[in-house]
Amino acid sequence: MAKKRTPRPKIAAPSRRRVTPLRGRAPRAEQALDIHRCEQFVQHEARLLDEAKFDDWLALFTLDGWYWVPSEPDQANPHDTVSLMYDDRRLLETRIRRLASPRMYSQEPRSRTSRMVGNVTIEDSEGRAATIRSKFIMIEYRRDQQRLFTGTAWHRLVQIDGGIRIAWKRVDLVNCDAALDGLTQPF
Amino acid sequence: MSKDFSRFLKPGRVHRQIYTDPAIFELEMTNIFGGAWVFIGHESQIKKPGDYFATQMGRRPILMVRDEEGRVRVIHNQCAHRGAMVVATDKGNAPEFTCCYHGWTYHLDGRIKGVPLNHGYPADFDAKNPKVAMNPVKRVKSYRGFVFATEAADGPDLEESLGYMTTSFDDLLDRAPDGEIEVAGGVFKHGYDANWKVYFENLCDAAHPLFVHRSSIEASQAQSDDAHSDGTGEIAVRQMRQNGAPYSFWESQVGIWTYPNGHSYLGDYHDDSKLVAALKDPVFREYIAALEKKKGKEETKRILEVRRWNSNVYPNVSLMSQFQQLRVVHPISVNRTVVYTYNFKLKGAPEQMFRNTVAFANIVNGTGSLVLTDDLEIYNRIDMGLSSDGAEWLQIGRGYQSDQPEAHGGRKGVNSTSEVYIRNMLDAWVGYMNGGHGQGGALAKAAS
Repeated sequence: MAKKRTPRPKIAAPSRRRVTPLRGRAPRAEQALDIHRCEQFVQHEARLLDEAKFDDWLALFTLDGWYWVPSEPDQANPHDTVSLMYDDRRLLETRIRRLASPRMYSQEPRSRTSRMVGNVTIEDSEGRAATIRSKFIMIEYRRDQQRLFTGTAWHRLVQIDGGIRIAWKRVDLVNCDAALDGLTQPF
Repeated sequence: MSKDFSRFLKPGRVHRQIYTDPAIFELEMTNIFGGAWVFIGHESQIKKPGDYFATQMGRRPILMVRDEEGRVRVIHNQCAHRGAMVVATDKGNAPEFTCCYHGWTYHLDGRIKGVPLNHGYPADFDAKNPKVAMNPVKRVKSYRGFVFATEAADGPDLEESLGYMTTSFDDLLDRAPDGEIEVAGGVFKHGYDANWKVYFENLCDAAHPLFVHRSSIEASQAQSDDAHSDGTGEIAVRQMRQNGAPYSFWESQVGIWTYPNGHSYLGDYHDDSKLVAALKDPVFREYIAALEKKKGKEETKRILEVRRWNSNVYPNVSLMSQFQQLRVVHPISVNRTVVYTYNFKLKGAPEQMFRNTVAFANIVNGTGSLVLTDDLEIYNRIDMGLSSDGAEWLQIGRGYQSDQPEAHGGRKGVNSTSEVYIRNMLDAWVGYMNGGHGQGGALAKAAS
């Protein structure tokens, strides 16, 4: 075996830049997280994911945020039962960096996705923070196969420096406990 | 079909047809998934009388159930009347089984309990005939809680068939300070569009991680350790980095051992200094202390020195004793396979140790993990590629001339990148397909 290995392809680190304000001016911090802003936020998030702007999606999370897709309906926690995806911040950064890799064979060719997000409700709210619930339909197309995913998303949203961030996101797929082929796309 | 299946093997080569031919698949379901000792489940999945676990033996729907006397039974999940599947839920507890079609009921061991409207049957119909039942699988045997079954009425006993590979199950049990383990933490079910053998032939392949898992290796190498982790990220990132060990590591420090009837294991990959558990990890130190308290220093040292990564027990189960995981292969069709992944809790070990097992499973063997997804892609590409007859004979010859005989009837690869374990599985495959037991002698035949 040759001693010298080919240099690793450069993979950009996920950007740490701030969330792009949803509209021209950043909303003021004291503004309440009303239903309108929550709806705008999840639509914006869905668009980032469909456009494969994963760095921008990562930037929506707080620095100690986490992302969770349980493997069982009503799963109590991500620690005592396996999950389809459970990423703390460190793993989420790794997942996003891998999605940018030209050596991610399961994304060669890349998936295309299309999402509908709706039925947004505020489950509880303390002015600057809110837990919201929404429904989604996500279609993933890759190499002649189209797959349909649907379920309920839960976001814990917090206002930081005039922008909205995700403290945590939980996605309950209706078929979370089915036999599924590999999942590469964040929901 | 011609009788001698060794014609699909040549020295260091295998014919592509065995992965794509539906007729061969049909025969595999009878001769291998009916003729070999097939892993069914673990006794901890059915703790109380009436507990059942619905699974498959090849494609056959079956039930592993604990009867009224506390004995473990494996019966066909099929009504004796019109053949309907009786139990439709994955698991549960039931006092009896009732078919939803005409209400025939069965005892937990499958014997008939009642036939409604039983006056209309022919005179020779006897509901007391033991053959009118949810029939038991012919032989059922447990090795220290691991339940296997076979439709072969005779042939080697389970322990004889497992041979030296019983030591991998022993290792998983030995690692429990209280000497007991239980299935816990849910299950992963992941599928792919390719033959079942392709999966088994990848599990001990030490030459692929550096290449197939590049994206996760590089992403984890570039990951800052300063980012917030609740402990989950740390363990996972460490394992992904370890997958990036250079070829020289696989060729000098890791070994591959194979045994009769298609079994094999990859050894010495992880020792406890670089393992996810890692000697520096306070949880692992706490675990060692618990183990030493129960088993003594000597025995603890011996246990932790057993370093098995994947142990393949042919034809359908692979266990990873160091991570308390087990994967069961369910062939669905010639080019569709579903794999179930289970985790074990070691009784007497710190709670966090089980959580580390779960975190490891999520990131390495999970459906949406950063590692497994690329393996699944490879399996799909193999199936697509095999549609071409451009390359009729596939290469399985790496290490062919340097494999060495080992104790217990085994053969050891010159190093972990030897494809000896694939050749060994195919040897067993020929044995079963030719209507016998595991040892096909194809290896010897091909070498002569």
